Order: sequence, then C-alpha cells, then structure tokens
Amino acid sequence: MSIGIEVDGRALEADEGMTILQALRRAGMDAPTLCYHPNLTPVNVCRACVVEVEGSRALVPSCSRRVEPGMRIRTDTGRVRRARKVVLELLASSVDTSTAPELAAHVAAYQGDPARFGSDAVRVDEPLRDDNDLYVRDYAKCILCYKCVEACGEDAQYTFALAVAGRGFAARIETGADAPLLESRCVFCGNCVAVCPTGALMPLIEHRMRQAGEWDPSRQHVAETICPYCGVGCALELHVQDNRIVKVTSPADHDVTRGHLCVKGRFGFTYVHPDPPSR
Amino acid sequence: MPEIRRLLARAGVADPESLEAYRSLRGYEALTRATERGPAWVLSELEASGLLGRGGAAFPAGRKWRAVAEAGGRRRVVCNADESEPGTFKDRVLMEEDPFAVVEAMTIAGLTVGAEDGLIYVRGEYRLAATRLRQAIDQAERAGLLGADAAGTGRAFRIRVFRGAGAYICGEETALFNSVEGRRGEPRNKPPFPTQAGLFGDPTLVNNVETLCNVPVVLREGASGFRRYGTERSTGTKLWCVSGHVERPGLYEVPFGTTLGELLELAGGVWRGRRLQAVLCGGAAGTFLGPDRLDLPLTFEDLRTAGGTVGSGAVIVLDETASLWDVVLRVARFFQEESCGQCVPCRVGTQRQLEIVGRLASGRARPEDPQLLADIGAAMTDASICGLGQTAAGAVLSALTLQPLVPPSNSRGKGAQRAARGRPGESV
Repeated sequence: MSIGIEVDGRALEADEGMTILQALRRAGMDAPTLCYHPNLTPVNVCRACVVEVEGSRALVPSCSRRVEPGMRIRTDTGRVRRARKVVLELLASSVDTSTAPELAAHVAAYQGDPARFGSDAVRVDEPLRDDNDLYVRDYAKCILCYKCVEACGEDAQYTFALAVAGRGFAARIETGADAPLLESRCVFCGNCVAVCPTGALMPLIEHRMRQAGEWDPSRQHVAETICPYCGVGCALELHVQDNRIVKVTSPADHDVTRGHLCVKGRFGFTYVHPDPPSR
Repeated sequence: MPEIRRLLARAGVADPESLEAYRSLRGYEALTRATERGPAWVLSELEASGLLGRGGAAFPAGRKWRAVAEAGGRRRVVCNADESEPGTFKDRVLMEEDPFAVVEAMTIAGLTVGAEDGLIYVRGEYRLAATRLRQAIDQAERAGLLGADAAGTGRAFRIRVFRGAGAYICGEETALFNSVEGRRGEPRNKPPFPTQAGLFGDPTLVNNVETLCNVPVVLREGASGFRRYGTERSTGTKLWCVSGHVERPGLYEVPFGTTLGELLELAGGVWRGRRLQAVLCGGAAGTFLGPDRLDLPLTFEDLRTAGGTVGSGAVIVLDETASLWDVVLRVARFFQEESCGQCVPCRVGTQRQLEIVGRLASGRARPEDPQLLADIGAAMTDASICGLGQTAAGAVLSALTLQPLVPPSNSRGKGAQRAARGRPGESV
C-alpha cells in the first residue's frame, strides 16, 4: 500500500513497510551509510544516516525507521548536517581509513576534519591478525558496523564465530578469548569479508598484494561465471588482474547468493594458476 | 518547606522483613482497593494523579500502564531497580527498608495490566535489597498475595528477582531486557517501545522503583489526595539523594516545587559554613547548577526550563574548595567507561569528551576545546541510540557555563593527565 510522506518539504509516495532510507533512495535522494547493507538486518549503529522526523526528540536512523503515513522528514537541517559530520569525524579520527573509500568520501562530502581532535586523540590500537591462509583481520580499521557479526550469524551463515566483546571505546569484534580463526568456529565462508566496509577484513591475497604495492584496481576487470564446485549455481565475479584471479565476490542482488558464498566459491580458486601468489 | 514522609513512611520505622509490620502501617490497603474496584479504576486514578516516571525520563505512568493493559497477548511487568546513576541511592533505601511496597505495587501493576510475570532487575551490588525483596516475595506468596491465585483474584501473578552484573547501561530499559534474555547488554532501537515489544518480545510495563512505590500512595489517597503535594505538572513528592559538601547528606522526601535552596537547608546547608560552588543535579546524566539557582523550584518543568533535569534525583553539592573540573573529569570518565560501544557518537564521543575534559582539568585546554565539546555534545545528544549517549554531554556542557572557584591548573591533575593520554578502557 502506498502512503504519503514529506521529505524536505517535498511530497513523496512510499510503500508501507519501507524504511525512510529506501523511500529516499527511490526518490533519488540519499543519506550516507556505513553499517547499512541491503541484505542484512539494519542495526543502525553508525548513525551517519540520521534524519529529523517531526515529533521525535532525537534524530532518527533512516536505515531502520519505517515510514508512517504523514511522516515529515528533514534531511537538510543544520542539526542533521552537524550530527552526521561529527559522527563521520569521530569515526575517521579513531581508525585507519586507508582502505575505507566510502568513509573517506562521506567525510569529504561533509567537510569533516578528523584531525581537529588533536594528534594525541586515542585511536583503535590493534595488531594485524594474520593467522590463516585465507583472510586477515586488521581491527585498527574496524568501525564496529556489526555487519560481519550479522553475516556470520543470523543474517546469512548461522555460524556465530564472531561477536562484539568489551564495551565503549574498548569494544571489539571477537572470536571468543581472541582465539585464532582456526581455533574458532569460523568456517571460512568469507561472508564477513564480503560485507566489511573498511577493509578491516581482507582476503589474504589482496592483503599481500597491497603490501607489495601490486594491488591495482585500475588493471582489474570482472569476469562473471557460475561456481563450478556444486549444483547450487552461485554467481561468481572473478576479479582478474594481469590475467590472474585475485579475488572472488558475488553480486549482492543475485537471487541465489545474495552476495554470500561458501569457502570453496570464495577462496577455492587458486588451483586455476600453477603458482598461486599466496603462500 | 518541611520534609514529608509519604514514600518513606515505613523506612526505618517498620521491620522490613515482616509482612505484619508492613500491613500494620497501611500496607496492602492499596491492593485491596485495586482488587475491589478493578483495573479501569486503577488506570483512571493513576492517570488523574499525574504521576510521572521517576527513572529519569518522566513519562506519564498512567499512559504507560494503559498502553500495556490494552496490548494483546502475554504481558509482563518489570521493575527497573538497576539504580546505577552516580550519587543516587533512593531506590536502594526503598527496597531495603520497604520491600513490601515494591512487591505490592508490582502486584497491582500485574493485575491491572493483565500480566502474570513480574521481574525485578536489581543492581548487582545491591545484595541486601535483593535479599529483602526475595524475603518479601516469599512471605507474600505464603500469604496468598502472589502466586496462582494472587490476592484472591483468581488470577496468577508471580515475581522473580534478577540481579544485574554491574553495567550502568543495563539500567536502560531495552538493554535490561537483553541482559535478562542472556544477550549482550546493548539498548535496542525504539520503536518498537517496551509497551509494544519488551522482555522476550512481549508487551512490557517497565517502571522505576520509586515510580512503583508512588502507586499504592495514589490508590490509598486517591488522585486528588496524591496531588495535595507538588505542582500542577509535577505531582506528589520526590526523593532527593543529597550528597557531597552538606552537613547532613542523605535521602530527603519533599514535595515537588521545593526550591534547591530549601532542599540544601534541609540537609543542613553547605558544610563548615563554606560557600556553594555548584550542584550536580540529576546524576552524571544531569547538569550543573550554579549558586544563582538556589531559588529554582525542583520540578520537572522548572528544571527543564533551566536546561537541567530531575534525572535520577541525585543532588551532589560542591563547596568552594572543590575542583570543579576534577568532578567533571570523573563524570566524563564514567561515561567513557560505561558506554556500551554500540553506536558511534557515544562510543567515540565519550572517549573524545574524556580526552578534552582531561585537558581542561589539567589546565592544558586548547582554544578549540569548547567548540569541540559543543560539537561532540550535539552529536551525542542528537544521534545516540539511547539515553546514555543522549545525556553524556549534559554535565560537561553545563560546567562550561560555570565560574570555577578553583582554577583548573591548581587541580591535583594526575588523573586528568592520565585520562588525556589514556588508553581505551583504562581505569584512571
């Protein structure tokens, strides 16, 4: 059923059950998002997408709040801009954003200045966890968007190898007593890697190539195919650089996978090359 | 204005472990009236009483009760006794000294809104309160006031006591539900509100201990009798937890509308005849009020107009010798330690706020610091998921408007310097 809402003074039609963000995007408008993913339950923790809703004391996360008839929404007020800008600055001041182009673009769009908190502002300080053959975890880049937890758990894999532990600024994604992945419940599907927005989770091959200065998206193209391992028919996107497969993803809008794969589809491609560039 | 003993009528007078003692001082009169006259009467009296929630959010209690009463399916009643706001000890006194009042009020709530399950979430450190509540529940069960046929109504109502594990955030009602359900103590997004989907997904009535303890008073005295004290919009009496630099710190029950100065007089005034520097009103999530605010009537509406809050009812008094910014630093550290870490504005904002307050407290403020605090405060207040982040900047920002009587550079400063350097999660 269609319902009428008002956004920045403009009348819009939205479908019942839609989120504010979906209504905005359908109307060609937008809000910055980091923890949002179309195939995961909205957790509304990054707070970058907040909007003003008439009658609400605090700002409202557009990614999770559903539209209501007659809802009056503002995305362009000083309050909204200030909250979004500071949220983005706070994030960018606390983590390594070198492999987080989305976050960097949002910060730039809001003219954020993460350096204004001072060079002595405490940052997330975590060593690189390079403990298996398939992917690395660099929590100094983690913005705690919860996407990996969701993909590992109830939204895709039902493995529950990951959770948030600790609290406040010391909260971290955890395998349980900081166990290496091989000792955790991880099944190496890599669905957490696929949804990570900041490169905190990264395939080992990509990580090694970046370290060596060899990772170059401008030299990469994507070949679409179907996974050869079983009869499910998962769509694969083979990212190819210099005639070598360097990464495998699946389209988020694909009916079969919804972007998720298993360990074979996502990581089992190195047999194609006689001398894989991993280990 | 005189001290009243209405909520505290039995505290320190009746044996808190004796149902008979409770009954001899008008205990269970309200439940009797409630069962005689029925839920519709209870709801209308409660609405007419104007009782507002005492947990900090000041939500009309009657409206909340009605919402749960009108919800379908299985319903629950939860007493939020996770009193963790710094400087707050009112619920502790009520539970330790008058536990049957909590039990009676919850029984009324259960029978009124149609719930069979009641749960009291007691702060983990409140061992005596939990013990006394359990004893009261046991006695009430043996007397037929709780159980399969609660108070002879033919309807079941039971209460269990659940002890928290020491996290401030679990006093936030939806984080409290998660805690009881065995999940991580993180607040949920609202809507849905607890009255729609609360504990285990059922419509849930959540009330603070002090709010509940007002209910038997309302039903005994009637709505108009209840309104004999207080103002038009802040009805009844209020428990204030007065601590800090006063002659007689403690718990004071006064009508709403009593001024801050009158409350401090009751507590014997600023100790040793010293000058008042500031009052932290409402707890760490409250605001500082300067000595020019002594005439302020303590009501929900007057405090809101003054940019403050009733909050948890904590009134922490600082005399002229206190280092204001050391106190602010403790408040900032408290929020940095107690933030659950779920949403960005609170997780990173409380950390940055602590770093900046650390600079101010050790006399190393930078010119941009007040602006940074204002920006962080605005983002936390506007964009945080729950009340913790939304109030984490109130005390800090209000302190900026005060004139410290002890210059920051003279402060003891060690803690401040460590905080400014501080590592995440480090206790300083």
